[in-house]
Amino acid sequence: MNLEAIKSDLEASIPGCQLEIIPNPSPSAQHSLLVDAPHAFAVASLLRSYAALPFDYCSNVTGIDWPLKETSTKVKVKKLVDGVEKDVDEVVKTISGGYLEAVYHLYSMEQREGPLVLRMRTEDRAARVHLPSLTPIWRAAEFQEREIFDLYGILFDGHPDLRRLLMWDDFVDHPMRRDYVDPDDYEYEPTAHDEVLARARQHLSTEGGQ
Amino acid sequence: MSLLTESTFALNSNPSNDRGDGQLLEVSMGPQHPSTHGVFRMDVSLDGEHVVKLKPVFGYLHRNHEKIAENESYLGCMPYTDRLDYICSITNNWSYALAVETLAGIKVPERAEYLRVITGELTRLQNHACLVGFLMQDMGASGTPLMYAFREREKILDLFESLTGARMMCNYMRFGGCRVDLPAGWLQQAQKVTDAFPKFLDEFENMLVSNEILMARTQGVGVVSKELAINAGISGPMARASGVNYDLRKVDKYGIYDRFDFRVPLGDVGDVYDRYMIRLLEMRESLKILRQAMRDLPEGPIMDPGTKIRNFRPKAGEAYGRIESPKGELGFYLISDGSGNPYRFRVRPPSLINLTVLEDMCLGLNVADIVIILGSVDIVLGEVDR
Repeated sequence: MNLEAIKSDLEASIPGCQLEIIPNPSPSAQHSLLVDAPHAFAVASLLRSYAALPFDYCSNVTGIDWPLKETSTKVKVKKLVDGVEKDVDEVVKTISGGYLEAVYHLYSMEQREGPLVLRMRTEDRAARVHLPSLTPIWRAAEFQEREIFDLYGILFDGHPDLRRLLMWDDFVDHPMRRDYVDPDDYEYEPTAHDEVLARARQHLSTEGGQ
Repeated sequence: MSLLTESTFALNSNPSNDRGDGQLLEVSMGPQHPSTHGVFRMDVSLDGEHVVKLKPVFGYLHRNHEKIAENESYLGCMPYTDRLDYICSITNNWSYALAVETLAGIKVPERAEYLRVITGELTRLQNHACLVGFLMQDMGASGTPLMYAFREREKILDLFESLTGARMMCNYMRFGGCRVDLPAGWLQQAQKVTDAFPKFLDEFENMLVSNEILMARTQGVGVVSKELAINAGISGPMARASGVNYDLRKVDKYGIYDRFDFRVPLGDVGDVYDRYMIRLLEMRESLKILRQAMRDLPEGPIMDPGTKIRNFRPKAGEAYGRIESPKGELGFYLISDGSGNPYRFRVRPPSLINLTVLEDMCLGLNVADIVIILGSVDIVLGEVDR
């Protein structure tokens, strides 16, 4: 399977789509193809009926949370200090992440090829978390996209039945996010363990000690 | 007198065809229903006896396995995988080990690969034996067939206990090999069990394969077409019953599966009967693999000496590893950020994804058919809910 060839084929057939190959440095060498959300549905439909290599089997669909991360690295820079050139340490900050990602592992049953790893990214982690649903193309994604919506909070546009899958309907947060914090008012009865009782007491005091 | 001209005891050929006058009855089957194999619920709308809507409800056994794993070391995740599909812990271990090995490029010694095949195929035998027994139970053959199947499963669980110390939570594999080598006499015992197994299969088939009630209840019930099976990501015996020729032991040839001579049974209708027969036939193929693996088992180390399983830190990257577990395609998707615990740990649960078409299979059929259709999918709720 030649990912470069697939990429250039897709770019030729779908005008305006932005594709990027994300290299995978691990020995598995499963490189992935990043698709921009507006063209993702067209790209996926084409891959499903791709003449040379139809990716008819969507095996795994999952979400990943990449919170905003600031990494600072020290770089030596030459600067003029009092008219003399000196090496000065300067901190360079790079910002990465800040989006949610949906990953699809596609296989070709006919050609016995794969996996083709297809990725989509949301614009941010708060308000603009919409991605096109690929369930109309592969029904295998039906429950798995529901699970991503449930645990990560990505909204899949075009999904026939986007409800929570594992958590109950009244639940508000998305527990697989990296910054998720357990609520202190557990639904279940506090068991007689010191830690749980202490948290329950603390919770009551914040509510005015009812 | 014409009293006897009309037979009073003739069976109505389609007794449940009376509609309920358009009034729908909503029934919540589960979570404690005995046929749901655990805590699983279906919200069913019925028109008379007929199913017009069926929505599965999940999450009763949800413990967020994937979140727990993100705070665990790579080695510490291994025992948790036992609890996914608790009937076949060894194949869960194998799939996770394979994913880590793909992620870090670890080579597994020859003897460990053979041990994996032997224990993995024994797991498949006992899972399928369990399944056909439970399916009979769901159909109303109370007790006897299930106990016959459990008798055989017990012998295999005894083997697991003497090898790993546990009957069900085996925690047997490690990335880079297996945890312990075979104890003395184990192989002879295992050979005895596999040699006796065809007798059980013959017995089971003689009793039940051409049974009239079994055929009436299962043939043409819960049909999944080949196209739907592929599109909905159905895998394992359920996909092969629909005629999808996709067995990862043949496709990926992971481990050493290219060395064994075995065939992949395929169904052509895709109904409950086919799914039942596929399991019986797959057990015979598993026995073939077991005989070859036990014959060729080489001597040697069982762990890769270059792999430090404690404080294991793979380089940054990601990998998806999958195996043919008895339930279907069990995959693990791991992302490493170079630290000691996985950044992302995803289980691809075959039980959950095989349930995607549950509603399609049940629509228009009777309530009693739901039970056997669900039984023929082969789910374990530890894996569905994770």
